[in-house]
Amino acid sequence: MRSDGSQSAPLGLKIAAACGLLFLHLPILLIFVYAFTTEEKSFVWPPPGLTTQWFAVTWNRPDVWQALSLSVRVAAISTAIALILGTLCAAAVSRTKFFGRETISLLVILPIALPGIITGIALRSAFSLADIPFSFWTIVLGHATFCVVVVYNNAVARFRRSSGSMIEASMDLGADGFQTFRHVVLPNIATALLAGGMLAFALSFDEVIVTTFTAGQQQTVPIWMLEELIRPRQRPVTNVVAMVVVLVTLLPILFAYYLTRDGDQIVGSGK
Amino acid sequence: MTIAALNSTSASAILPGSGGIRGALSDLFWRRPQLLLFLMLLPPVLWLGVVYIGSLFALLAQSFFSIDEFSGLINHEFTLKTYGDLFQAANLDIILRTVTMAVLVTLASAVIAFPIAYYAARYARGRWKALFYLGVMLPLWSSYLVKIYAWKLILAKEGILTWLLAKLHLLWVLDGWLSLPVVGGNSLSVSATGTFIAFVYVWLPFMILPVQAALERVPGNLVEASSDLGASPGQTFRNVLFPLALPGIVAGSIFTFSLTLGDYIIPQIIGTSRLFIGQAVYSQQGTAGNIPLAAAFTVVPIVIMGFYLWGAKRMGAFDAL
Repeated sequence: MRSDGSQSAPLGLKIAAACGLLFLHLPILLIFVYAFTTEEKSFVWPPPGLTTQWFAVTWNRPDVWQALSLSVRVAAISTAIALILGTLCAAAVSRTKFFGRETISLLVILPIALPGIITGIALRSAFSLADIPFSFWTIVLGHATFCVVVVYNNAVARFRRSSGSMIEASMDLGADGFQTFRHVVLPNIATALLAGGMLAFALSFDEVIVTTFTAGQQQTVPIWMLEELIRPRQRPVTNVVAMVVVLVTLLPILFAYYLTRDGDQIVGSGK
Repeated sequence: MTIAALNSTSASAILPGSGGIRGALSDLFWRRPQLLLFLMLLPPVLWLGVVYIGSLFALLAQSFFSIDEFSGLINHEFTLKTYGDLFQAANLDIILRTVTMAVLVTLASAVIAFPIAYYAARYARGRWKALFYLGVMLPLWSSYLVKIYAWKLILAKEGILTWLLAKLHLLWVLDGWLSLPVVGGNSLSVSATGTFIAFVYVWLPFMILPVQAALERVPGNLVEASSDLGASPGQTFRNVLFPLALPGIVAGSIFTFSLTLGDYIIPQIIGTSRLFIGQAVYSQQGTAGNIPLAAAFTVVPIVIMGFYLWGAKRMGAFDAL
């Protein structure tokens, strides 16, 4: 009868979809409860009591702060590199047609398409072949490589939507190439770049698989958590850090969604 | 007034060049767009080509070396011996276990993803649509380790799942399941079932998004035409919806399959002591120091994914990505 799709869904479908969404969200919400538990030794449910003392304990832990500082620095620099490389690549691929264009897009996507362990071990064996010691920069090298794709995806989608005639108009009105870039191209792609940058930051901040191969003895926040999961020292501190990590990664995602919500639909499609 | 202003600006149709190095460069790029293209592509291609592809080839090259069993040193001569080692019973076992897990995880994700994707694509409108989108996107981007940690909390013997089942007087189901061979164990957090649940949970959003994209493209009147022609909902699903959603499911399965093949953290934290490919790679390159065998192990997922992608391409899955 009506084909505009406004009729309501069958009950079974509603229940199945709701259960699916609950399955996706309840575990994350559980983390928030555990951050307040008074239980120290086990994961007992329901929590015997609620307390905020673990936030203070976590605040005074230097190892947590060190990990956080390393993670933020790595994510910031990797994001900066990814922004430059990703934008250059997107501009080249979307403006012109040239031989090997498909290969370039494949090259950008490959680090994220292959399992992380392959990227990780490949980088590590390359470091050991070239006698490069592990450092801050070896972590950045790995992170920037897989962050390029997120920026690239966002920028390509925006370039595709913005019309080339604006650039021609700018040139016709007497702007040189640099002025055109500064006053026409950049304002056009700015929000896409910001969104891509946010996602790249979140991706880098959360990365663990490649990092275990490129970090040596240094600890980023995910490495610190992995260590705690394998050899727990103080479980409540892990709970608090887990909650903070959820919040720190969710805010950039929400903001990136807000920036690209009308039409781009690319938030996360590159992860 | 305006005419005068117009006249003064349009006095010269050709503006003077801006001069200086900047102007010269700008003119050069305008005259030779190929040069600009080359300069734009140079940094990303250098980075990805040298750093990434270079490392990959270095890794592949090492899989053709072998390790000297007595000295533990790596023998830098071309040999296929390391690939032969892959076919030892213990290693074949690891490969088989990982592929079976990947298949099961893919199937389960498809079953759970379909209703969410279908509802989001066909019934959700306006604000609900955005809510569904964020509802899939937020778990996708939440920290991977935190998600695993959450399941460690849930599946622990003293955790919420046991508590819930005890309240429902269903503990005998859990105990019965855990006493089974292969899938069972001491508690869910150290059983293959636990590994499976964690895998499905972590990769599920990667399945929902492409399936939803495929279903968005199915016109609603196709479904109605099918029921007008007398098909039951089940028949409509089998003969109309499912075939049209299949490219999306295959596209999603590329992610769930590939990610499961390469993961080594989930089975390490939630699961038994039986190894998966990722763990084998990790322990071979780390504690065992056998980089050639680790490299050969990484070739397994690459080859499997190669065939998988080739098959997926033939099914038209790439259009649904």
